Amino acid sequence: MKPGGTKPRLAVWKFSSCDGCQLTLLDCEDELLDIAEAVDIAYFLEATRTTRAGPYDISLVEGSISTAREVERIQEIRRDSELLITIGACATAGGIQALRNSLDHDALRASVYPSPQFIDALATSTPIADHVAVDYELRGCPIDKSQLLEALSALLKGRKPTIPDYSQCTECKLAGTACVMVAKGIPCLGPVTQGGCGNLCPKVGRGCYGCFGPKEGANTAALAAELAALGAEPRTIRDLFGGFTAGAPAFAEERRRHER
Amino acid sequence: MSDSTRTIQVEALARVEGEGRFKVRLEDGKVVRSEFSIFEPPRYFEGLLRGRSFRDAPDVTSRICGICPIAYIMGASQAMEDALGWQVPRPIVDLRRLIYCGEWIQSHVLHTHLLHAPDFLGLQDSIQLAQSNRSLVENGLAAKKTGNRLMEVIGGRSVHPVNTRVGGFYRAPAAEAVRALIPELERGEALSVAALEAFAGFDFPDLEMDYLFVALRHEADYPIAEGRVVSSAGLDIGVEAFPEHFEEHQVPHSNALQGATLDGRPYLVGPLARFNLNADRLPADILGLAEKAGLAPDCRNPFKSLLARQVEVIYAFREAARLARAYTPPEPGFVEGPLRAGVGHGITEAPRGICYHRYEIAEDGAILAATIVPPTSQNQRQIELDLVGTVERFHDLDDEALQWRCEQAIRNYDPCISCATHFLTLDVERA
Repeated sequence: MKPGGTKPRLAVWKFSSCDGCQLTLLDCEDELLDIAEAVDIAYFLEATRTTRAGPYDISLVEGSISTAREVERIQEIRRDSELLITIGACATAGGIQALRNSLDHDALRASVYPSPQFIDALATSTPIADHVAVDYELRGCPIDKSQLLEALSALLKGRKPTIPDYSQCTECKLAGTACVMVAKGIPCLGPVTQGGCGNLCPKVGRGCYGCFGPKEGANTAALAAELAALGAEPRTIRDLFGGFTAGAPAFAEERRRHER
Repeated sequence: MSDSTRTIQVEALARVEGEGRFKVRLEDGKVVRSEFSIFEPPRYFEGLLRGRSFRDAPDVTSRICGICPIAYIMGASQAMEDALGWQVPRPIVDLRRLIYCGEWIQSHVLHTHLLHAPDFLGLQDSIQLAQSNRSLVENGLAAKKTGNRLMEVIGGRSVHPVNTRVGGFYRAPAAEAVRALIPELERGEALSVAALEAFAGFDFPDLEMDYLFVALRHEADYPIAEGRVVSSAGLDIGVEAFPEHFEEHQVPHSNALQGATLDGRPYLVGPLARFNLNADRLPADILGLAEKAGLAPDCRNPFKSLLARQVEVIYAFREAARLARAYTPPEPGFVEGPLRAGVGHGITEAPRGICYHRYEIAEDGAILAATIVPPTSQNQRQIELDLVGTVERFHDLDDEALQWRCEQAIRNYDPCISCATHFLTLDVERA
């Protein structure tokens, strides 16, 4: 509750994305009705036809910027928002659609649409932080539900959210999950990827595919060398770094090194 | 009410996944021009897949839609297995059906309880609904949670599961973990029957449309991930023949390609089509519940898709409990075989209707070409026709009520606009 007894105003915005991160909010089945009582949901098209003009106390932003209209819209939302939090791999790294950034956009567009002239899109898909200041970010494709709840409850109480910044590799060690790369020689991005998902992939015996994006100071070159030593082909390494956070600079750069 | 020069406008439709716009011009109660457009920005999935390994297709295409990732994962996996000639054993097929039940439950319950039901009660959203009927919303959330839980236990997480792969699953879940879900699944069925009874009391707008229904049909089961493609006009073809009978067109006002039959006829996919073409595949007591609720086979009232969806929730809970009781973990959880060049097709029943995948792969497994036809693209032309039907049938309503009725008509489709690539601005021009 804010001074004066008014509820904080929450808005949820969608840009280029699959809706999975905002769905994560609706997937908080045990908490959803309490959240709806704690805040004033002022804009959340996936959930309500009520829409109220800004200002907003907290804006959650899903999706990447991939059209000219989106470039304008994010500026308006930033102006209207006290706190702006990006949610998910599209908003924080450009999403899988950022793979287009290293392709010929006209050729790509023509390969999917018979009349590409009707398709109005930018040649790039970029994260929100390339366009406006972002206060906090939640990683993941999709975001983790408990991280979302932590961020919302912290911000509603006026404290800083506690979001881990250690690697996926550390998360496996903490959980006692056997290392898929050491034990089975399976390529894994765990050493360079930010933790937070609950080491989901190694738990089922598959390598991490990096959907939480690079951790700070990730040594991608050392990992790529290790993957090559394990027998991974250049195109396998290229595509491993070319996943849902392909647009994050550390991964994009490593990927370029393995282009044929 | 006079129809002279009135304009109705909705900017961006709510309670759907994605963004779209509808423009209609009305003269003397007749629609003379209409345009339903989707403005979800294009993401070029088919182009981005080219050159990648066949193994990447399920995970990459699941990002088309966060609400129905399993539909993309399964369609892509089946198409790749078809191209490679890999035979997936029955226990793995059954485990796929089980996780797919989880997706139907969470996606359908989200729509019936939280997104669509408020329309029938004149409410803005499920938060208002919770104020007037808290137990309906709470029971819906409980049922939805069970669907998500099922996806998590098998898939690792509910949005974009990680445990699925071409050939099956990285690791089959433990028998105890799956069996532990049975009481929740049984409770889910009971909650869903009660919800169907509540929905049966809604006032369904009286509109009948002439539909060409298209769905999968299986020799024994209500179709989810197996079957032939059938239609209400007597079509009965294998999955691989889909492109010989259906095609997508591009229209200038939309970023999604629109589906039609090769002779240009719009068609309808989704719960109403599935129910009408497969009612005899439902257990007799569930069909009885449907009929008691006012949903009988050959229903052509699009607003009753809410009932069809909820009937499918009941079925999905029943089927999931049956599969969970019979479950023993397949070991290993996947099949693999040699690589070869080839073309493969896959169709499954996404919550919103059939979703078609076709891939061409090279000898080393690299993807040469990809085609994906999501359900909302296929329904898009029919949605437009439903809107025309709705405006003509209910043009006596005032502007605000008519606009809401149009939104409701679009929400009949639970349109996943991210899938179709986008949702809604409504312009009604009355001249």
